[in-house]
Amino acid sequence: MEIKSGLQIERTIKPYLIGLALAVILTVIAFGLAATGVLPRETTLILIAALAVVQILVHLSFFLHIDLKTTPRENLVALAFALVLIFIMVGGSLWIMFDLYHRMMV
Amino acid sequence: MSSVASMTIGPRDAERYEEKDFGFWLYLMSDAVIFACLFATYLVMVGNAAGGPTPKDVFELDRAAAETALLLLSSTTFGVAAVALSAGDRGKVLLWLAITFLLGAGFIFLEIGEFTGMIAQGAGPDRSGFLSAFFTLVGTHGFHVSVGLVWIVVMFAQVFFKGLTAPVASRFMRLGLFWHFLDIIWVVIFSVVYLPGVL
Repeated sequence: MEIKSGLQIERTIKPYLIGLALAVILTVIAFGLAATGVLPRETTLILIAALAVVQILVHLSFFLHIDLKTTPRENLVALAFALVLIFIMVGGSLWIMFDLYHRMMV
Repeated sequence: MSSVASMTIGPRDAERYEEKDFGFWLYLMSDAVIFACLFATYLVMVGNAAGGPTPKDVFELDRAAAETALLLLSSTTFGVAAVALSAGDRGKVLLWLAITFLLGAGFIFLEIGEFTGMIAQGAGPDRSGFLSAFFTLVGTHGFHVSVGLVWIVVMFAQVFFKGLTAPVASRFMRLGLFWHFLDIIWVVIFSVVYLPGVL
């Protein structure tokens, strides 16, 4: 099918199976860390965050088929712009609110 | 090649589908920004239990794991349906769409059970800032999945009645974007809400 789209049309299920396998491994590690609590709390939280970032990349690449070569450039630009907005809003909100919290408590 | 590949699509149509996909992509990005705001709100509010139940009291890791499994599997089965679509195999598309629907419905079933259980034990959205933020964030995701389920039903009917025509295939791919996107949001939900909650 010669429809060029944001979503690449896959002809084999291989990428989905690879994506599923990687996602299962990452999810099991994350849940295992939280369930057992073998590591200190801080370390566990950082590891869970890192695993989430890797899993998002796995999903983007194997399920949504985003890649830097074939995905239309404007889709990538929109994605990058959304990431900037998300960073500003989440980072900014947390920075402001926890700074405020800190100042009110002290 | 396949029946889909042999569908005649003029360059004009191809351009139109491309535009629609890009428009839908922009919608998804703005949806991601909405979820980001809800995540920020949740992180600010999570410590404010107002003397009521804390995340540790109300979250069940088993249920979150089951919900994760259902959604991840449904994303994969949708992928299988998409491959069947590119092969022009209508029967397989319908079969895997139906399986995807059942997995998604299972997710919603578990989530409704979780919400009603929490409300029954006095941990409803009106109890504290933490619970308001929790229900807003996870409920918004659940609402999206429910809309996705309705869309899957509509898609199933279109494939069944209209066959794998170019417009149907184009809509199918956008549904795929939506469905996989919701799975990504769920990854962030279990990493930000459930796993830190039970620690």
